[in-house]
Amino acid sequence: MLAVENLEVVYDDVVLVLRGVSLEVPRGAIVALLGSNGAGKTTLLRALSGLLDIHEGEVTKGTISLDGVDVTHRSPAQLVGLGIKQVLEGRRIFAEFTVEENLRIGAHAAKTAPKESMARVFDLFPTLADRRRATAGYLSGGEQQMLAMGRGLMSDPSYLLLDEPSLGLAPRLVEQIGELIVEINRQQTTVLLVEQNANLALSIAEHGYIMETGKVVMDKPTTALLEDEDVREFYLGMAHEGETKRSFRDVKHYKRRKRWLS
Amino acid sequence: MTQLLQAITSGLGQGAAYALIAVGFVIIYKATSVISFAQPALMAAGATAVALLTGQAGLGFYTAVVVAVVGAALLGAGVERTVLRPMVGKPVFILAIITLGLDVVIRNVTNRFIGFNVRPMNDPWGLDRTTLLGITIQHRHLAALVTTAVLLAALYAFFQYSRTGLAMRAAAIDQEASQAQGVNVGTVFGLSWAFAAALAAIAGVFIGAGSTVDQQTWVVGLKALPAIILGGLDSVVGAVVGGLAVGVVEALFATYQGTYMPWLGSNFSIVAPYVLMLMVLLVRPYGLFGTPEVQRV
Repeated sequence: MLAVENLEVVYDDVVLVLRGVSLEVPRGAIVALLGSNGAGKTTLLRALSGLLDIHEGEVTKGTISLDGVDVTHRSPAQLVGLGIKQVLEGRRIFAEFTVEENLRIGAHAAKTAPKESMARVFDLFPTLADRRRATAGYLSGGEQQMLAMGRGLMSDPSYLLLDEPSLGLAPRLVEQIGELIVEINRQQTTVLLVEQNANLALSIAEHGYIMETGKVVMDKPTTALLEDEDVREFYLGMAHEGETKRSFRDVKHYKRRKRWLS
Repeated sequence: MTQLLQAITSGLGQGAAYALIAVGFVIIYKATSVISFAQPALMAAGATAVALLTGQAGLGFYTAVVVAVVGAALLGAGVERTVLRPMVGKPVFILAIITLGLDVVIRNVTNRFIGFNVRPMNDPWGLDRTTLLGITIQHRHLAALVTTAVLLAALYAFFQYSRTGLAMRAAAIDQEASQAQGVNVGTVFGLSWAFAAALAAIAGVFIGAGSTVDQQTWVVGLKALPAIILGGLDSVVGAVVGGLAVGVVEALFATYQGTYMPWLGSNFSIVAPYVLMLMVLLVRPYGLFGTPEVQRV
């Protein structure tokens, strides 16, 4: 289990971004992490994968533990070695590399030869197999997202942290990405899914966390979240039953105080 | 005609050494976006080490070269770890100035070892030459060309096929994304400095070969600057072409300028590479093989 306890993260020694976040990702699950822009979702992932350093961020309080072992201040290379792998937001593939080279670099920390993992990735994403010699920068957006996820899987991680895999993709592709995440999870990889697309995230996850301004404000199984009135209204864009159409003014966030903040 | 070919071959031989230094510049630049001005000093240090090891310590020439190259690589990696690593994330301008300081320090220490004497290189080539189809080729130039070709082929294979080479290329493109794959970017920086220093040391051997090492040897290393700038800072191919071009232009001017352009004065061949660099920059500001920078002003 990957567990975060009372985590505080500060950027540039002054900007407090995470204010005591606690979260648990049990082995084998898909856990969704929702929240609006600037809530601290990506920062939490960076803390988990050790990538805070490059952004001048620092964990000032709290712990991150992997199966009970404290891994709070490990380097990215060590954490990848322990099986925690982040797929960065915005894909961030190596555009000048070929598809195959991108996958090979994904296996940098793997102990086994990249051949087997590559076969697994090509099995999951057949389009990548067809374009293995193509320059990665010329792939379509959907293919690039698949490449980014495939690159993440190359080191056979036990925890895959996905940062907005649906970003900038057409609805049908979003659906496909969702199915692929379920399939990846079925192959024994635990997934922590950060999403703006709450529909996608809540449809495949078992448990969900909602973050707002650096805090976890809600922590429930997805079935409970889907029934929650506030989540339905603010994240899924559904009106209350009985009310049909409402003017935009009524849905403006600041007009209506969210119940969980009180 | 013979004279022209003669000038070109000796220019290529000399240019091969410049190319090696220039490739070192490019490797560091690609990995860390810093132009390391310490290359000429590392080149002189390598040459001095070989001269002292063969002369004073009585080692065989090839053993001395291996010791000097390994030593230079360790020095490069050590300097990166102790002096430059703490500055990671600072503006590259600051880092470049630090390398200038490093250059001065390494040069001064090296000069202490050289003293006021000129040190013979004790290389096996000396000024031996072979005549082939009417063109005389010096053995040291032949050795420089062959060594450069072999080293470049090895570097190409390393960057293309090896796990570490791929990681170095990845880190040059996107540091965060490569860290997320488990690449230790610090190791990549250290390695690129080690590579650059080793290449500089080998270049130093060829610059000193058939001649001597003295306190002014490092100046020759500055020729790599026009080479990388006209080739393009971020291109290994550019560095090689640039290095060879600088060597050839220098040799051509040394051969013909006295006859055809005597009004330029003597020793203009030393300036010629820089003139070539200026002309290339007027047409292609990012160098012959460099990536054009997309930037809004």
